[in-house]
Amino acid sequence: MAVSSKKYHTTGRFPRFNGLLFTTFIAASFVALPIIVVCSFVIFGDSDSWDHLLDTLLSRYAFNSLVLSVLVAIGVMSLGIPTAWIISFYRFKGRNLLSWLLLLPMAYPAYILAYTYTGVLEYSSPLLTWMRNIDAPNWSMAAFLNIRSLPGAAVMLSLVLYPYVYLLARAAFMDQSANLMEAAYTLGQNRRRVLFRIVIPMARPAIAAGTLLAVMETLADFGTVQFFGVQTFTTGIVRTYYGFGDTVGAAQLSTLLLTCVFFLVVFEKTSRNKVQYYSDRLRKLNHTSVILTGTQCKIAQIICVMPIFFGFLLPTIILTYWAIFFAELQSMWSLAASSFMLAGLSSVIIVSVALTICYANRLYPSNWVSSLLTFVGLGYALPGVVVAIGVLIPFGLLDNFIGDILEPFGIPPSLWLSGTLGALIFAYLVRFLAIATGNLNSGLSRIGPSIDHSGRLLGLSQFGVVSRIHVPLMKGSVFTGVLVCFVDIVKELPATLILRPFDFNTLAVKAFELAEDERLIDASVPSLMIVMVSLLPVIWLNRSVAGR
Amino acid sequence: MSFFSWVKALVIACVAGQALGSEVNVYSSRKDALIAPLLVRFSQATGIEVNLITGKADTLLSRIKAEGKATPADIFITVDAGRLHRAKEAGALQSIDNSILNSKIPSHLRDVDNQWFGLTVRARPIFYAKDRVSPSDLSTYEALTETKWRKRICIRSSASIYNQSLVASMIEANGEKRTLGWAKGLVKNLARKPTGGDTDQLRATAAGQCDLAIANTYYFGRLIDSPKEENQILASKLGVFWPNQADRGAHVNVSGVGVTRYSKNLDEAIKLIQFMISTEAQAYYAEINHEYPVVEGVSLSKTIGGLGDFKSDSLNLSALGVNNTDAVKLMDRAGWQ
Repeated sequence: MAVSSKKYHTTGRFPRFNGLLFTTFIAASFVALPIIVVCSFVIFGDSDSWDHLLDTLLSRYAFNSLVLSVLVAIGVMSLGIPTAWIISFYRFKGRNLLSWLLLLPMAYPAYILAYTYTGVLEYSSPLLTWMRNIDAPNWSMAAFLNIRSLPGAAVMLSLVLYPYVYLLARAAFMDQSANLMEAAYTLGQNRRRVLFRIVIPMARPAIAAGTLLAVMETLADFGTVQFFGVQTFTTGIVRTYYGFGDTVGAAQLSTLLLTCVFFLVVFEKTSRNKVQYYSDRLRKLNHTSVILTGTQCKIAQIICVMPIFFGFLLPTIILTYWAIFFAELQSMWSLAASSFMLAGLSSVIIVSVALTICYANRLYPSNWVSSLLTFVGLGYALPGVVVAIGVLIPFGLLDNFIGDILEPFGIPPSLWLSGTLGALIFAYLVRFLAIATGNLNSGLSRIGPSIDHSGRLLGLSQFGVVSRIHVPLMKGSVFTGVLVCFVDIVKELPATLILRPFDFNTLAVKAFELAEDERLIDASVPSLMIVMVSLLPVIWLNRSVAGR
Repeated sequence: MSFFSWVKALVIACVAGQALGSEVNVYSSRKDALIAPLLVRFSQATGIEVNLITGKADTLLSRIKAEGKATPADIFITVDAGRLHRAKEAGALQSIDNSILNSKIPSHLRDVDNQWFGLTVRARPIFYAKDRVSPSDLSTYEALTETKWRKRICIRSSASIYNQSLVASMIEANGEKRTLGWAKGLVKNLARKPTGGDTDQLRATAAGQCDLAIANTYYFGRLIDSPKEENQILASKLGVFWPNQADRGAHVNVSGVGVTRYSKNLDEAIKLIQFMISTEAQAYYAEINHEYPVVEGVSLSKTIGGLGDFKSDSLNLSALGVNNTDAVKLMDRAGWQ
């Protein structure tokens, strides 16, 4: 299959075939598989329920998904921008602590936040009963009672997703050179005008990128909207697949959702490119931070504490309280064990594949490989529901095919692929490979090619360069990659729910099932375990951001 | 040893392993806690080992379908006739012609082709807040669309198979057009967007968020018998009303069972079903989960007996399955979330 006889470092041409490149190609086709499968149904499929979907449900799915996305966009910006602004430009008591506490809500999957607040805010809950007893005004209770609604879902999602905006906006604010701001001051502008005319416009691409990431997560969310009974694309896909038994309809809905996601990805990429353009490479001056005292200090503290309180502290206190005093603990340890083993195994596999791809890109750079790398990066934008449907369909067909081949040998048909952990790990690979390649690439890019060349000049083999130079330097990136994948897999709900082998439960699935059964208090134990594990990379992430 | 003789040995070992003790494999959407004790009793009485796997009905069914001839499942248990019909339609079940089952289970509570059998009956009446509603204002499911109930009714979402089956039974009684009109009227009368399960509707009614709720009786029974005092107080605020007593009767559904098409332990499977309709097993369900027996002559739990006698809809429950898709689409059109 060798296509070109050219040797190393050809660019723009099809490079010499070898194992590394072969693996890269296979990995990319893995990611492509569910997309191709799902989209092919638009052309070939004939759905039984499509007319019904079109008549009644499609507009509802589209409308709800759109409104939810807009509300979450507004929510994450109004939580993320002010906090980032305060942390970047002011000095006050508790600032350093708050600057990383603001990341904690990232540890919560939105669906767990949803279960927690539902349990606290139900009409017959102790809090609401107490409020009725003290004759609290009706409007205050009405908002609580309607938590299981579209605006409620938007609040839950905003509370856990705003750190995307906060992180990117904070980085953008801190990167802005002080020259421009000082020039504005000398030209007689006041602080507010500088904020709105210089600082925010310059950080706009970063804010847009963070918001778009949050919107992508919103469109992919299944657990929250399912629990709140908000009919969106993801719940619609699952309902069409299971409720109507209509694979084709589910695939066609998936394609519609993918189209929306595709546009978001394009927007996000353009915003990112602008980020580089806007962050100037001129001489950097330190910002003249304003020191806040008294009332101003209090206000700054309150603005920063609010999202932490509602997005992390309060739910954690409630979950812990339920878990300790009321919940049934039994069988949770075996659940945790199977969750962690699955996540551990999958993340090691994913990072190994990612390492291969990143090295292929480094050792044999070409447009061909780098565009594959970009393509693999899209996997993260694929909603879990879509990945699951896209994996289930081809694997089911393959099972039938294998069954037909084996039947003459007297081997009974079985689920060789679709009913196994293999299918699930495959789905995780498709979805999370991008996270691993992102982490590893940023690690690798810090090792300049000149270091490799020096190593080779000093007599090291290619392997020696990797083992003696790269391994020690890359340890951190590999570890971060494994950790982030591990946590994302522990949190992942829809694909796990659909593809898990029979009778195989994880913490996320158990929490979902208990919550669906109205056993919110019992759901607190698996929920709390997920949050605790998810805290690890948040702390780790902050360490590496702070250490930058 | 060549590859194929190795495979052959493995297959023989597997088959032999299965044939050793007599056993029966159960896929059940009824929860572990509500079925395992009965299965233990069955094993003690017959020496037949029972392997139980529980999960959601749709998942279990797609599993049985995917496993095809290889399925280890002998018996499929669900808590709704609609899903049993779905299994029948998917070709996952087989007809069982057994005189004991035929004679003891009334014909409208089993499949017309005897592919599935009802095990317990579950009724879905109307519950009302005693302090705000007089039962004399209530009459039928159909009358729930009257304007006097505007924004006063609580019912769970159309995703619940219990509601799908209720609507399916109404399509059978009144036709699709009238039922669509009814569903639209009901949606107008809802006090809140459908949310939560049946117990949540009862709670909301007792707490004053709505005045009427539609729910299955055993949820009410659980509240009455709850060890928590707050639940007992809650239940004491609610009354049960049996609708449509002058015509077809209150809507009922069954939890039921079918034998899979590729069952490898047919005799054991039939024995297990016979056990499930024995007086002992029927009394267990009546007592533990407040369900009504399918067979004659089994006493009710004290709690459920207290709800009084009622006339139940004698529609053959296959209709719930036949009309299910229409019911779901109708509810979508009516805007029943």
